[in-house]
Amino acid sequence: MKIMEIKEILEAEVLTGEYDPETEIEIGCSSDLMSEILAFGKPGAILLTSLTNIQVINTANVSDIKVVCFVMGKIPDENIINLARKNDVIVFITKLTTFESCGRLYKNGLKSCSYFNLDK
Amino acid sequence: MDNKRTTTKIQELTYELKIKEVMSKNVETVGSKMPVSHLRDILYNKRISGIPIVNDNNLVGLISIEDFIKCLEHNEMDALVEDKMTKNVKTLYADEPLVHAVMKFEKYGFGRFPVISRKDKKLVGIITKSDIIKGVLKKLETAYHDEEERRYRASHIFNDVIADEIFFKFQYYVEGKNFDKAGEAATGLKKTLYRLGLSPEIVRRAAISTYEAEINIVAFTKGGRITAYLEPHQIRIVITDKGPGIPDIEKALQPGFSTAPGWVRELGFGAGMGLPNIKKFADKMTLKSTVEKGTRLVIIIKLSDYRNED
Ligand SMILES: Nc1ncnc2c1ncn2[C@@H]1O[C@H](COP(=O)(O)OP(=O)(O)O)[C@@H](O)[C@H]1O
Ligand SMILES: [Mg+2]
Repeated sequence: MKIMEIKEILEAEVLTGEYDPETEIEIGCSSDLMSEILAFGKPGAILLTSLTNIQVINTANVSDIKVVCFVMGKIPDENIINLARKNDVIVFITKLTTFESCGRLYKNGLKSCSYFNLDK
Repeated sequence: MDNKRTTTKIQELTYELKIKEVMSKNVETVGSKMPVSHLRDILYNKRISGIPIVNDNNLVGLISIEDFIKCLEHNEMDALVEDKMTKNVKTLYADEPLVHAVMKFEKYGFGRFPVISRKDKKLVGIITKSDIIKGVLKKLETAYHDEEERRYRASHIFNDVIADEIFFKFQYYVEGKNFDKAGEAATGLKKTLYRLGLSPEIVRRAAISTYEAEINIVAFTKGGRITAYLEPHQIRIVITDKGPGIPDIEKALQPGFSTAPGWVRELGFGAGMGLPNIKKFADKMTLKSTVEKGTRLVIIIKLSDYRNED
């Protein structure tokens, strides 16, 4: 799914500026626990979360997650946006709830990370 | 909706670049006392759409191809340039940002603007829309090459350094309880390994496991350090801290076990998954701890794609 489609589906606003709207995002994940994202997040994914601190961006960075979408209308601080820009993480915000955001993306065909396991 | 906040890379470049960096410096000029007919060869041969009129390097006017055609129509080829030129010429300063040129092109719809120096107002160049496009494209291209080159050069260290075996050591210091800085070591190491040309999957596994270990230092200890060794066949990451140590290591390794206080949980950690995550992403992990003294965690990530081999 193209990043611009995701933006439209989530009625999202972009906070990080420049991005390629044609970038393909194939997989989505969502949690407010960053260790969970570190365990099952996939490279190139979009992460939906209602947690807003710089560790969300660090988590995206080390996991090669391309887009972070802060849900429920939460607006991250400027230092979070700056860190995201520095590390080429795209930041979206949406007023939708976590469930609504994930539901809409899933319905439109975005794949999920499916199972959680700690095996290699 | 987000147009106001979105500045594209190209917009950014139009603020960064100065007009003098993209303008044409070899300007064809003509003196004001010449006959209009004199312009024909220049306009035709050089395929340009306008000529600045200059006396002693001072810009006094401009004749565009439209002005010239008008003279042709009215049979005025013998008229002097100074009687037919536009006198009130809109100009740009060489040191202005490129975005000013973009705005002027939009405002006036002209095909070109002479560029003058701010100091002595003398003509130093001319700028057209195609100069702007060429300048921005060139800058985009060099920005891209710089990043590629950095990566390329770094990976060549392995070929350029002469030794029987090469080891790199990267040292990071981690403060206890400082969550604002947590992650700087892991993300720094990640960028470093990537620039050295390691595969994204290896870099990702090293980064995630280092990050979880770094979070533990910040969350539970008085501080510590992370030392990463890039060795011929593996990355070895040694994480040590100054205590309080782990009383029951077996328990600590169980998924879900956590003694994390509330402030750690509020930040998205403390679900008892850090050590299990490290185990998942590392090829080998050793954890040793002495209560009150401190903890030593060693993470090994093999460089060969061992998973496909067995
Ligand atoms: N460096 C350390 N020093 C002291 N205790 C630690 C250290 N690392 C881990 N622990 C202990 O091990 C537990 C489990 O760690 P971990 O799996 O990372 O989960 P979490 O950090 O979510 O609690 C922690 O809650 C803590 O009690
Ligand atoms: Mg932990």
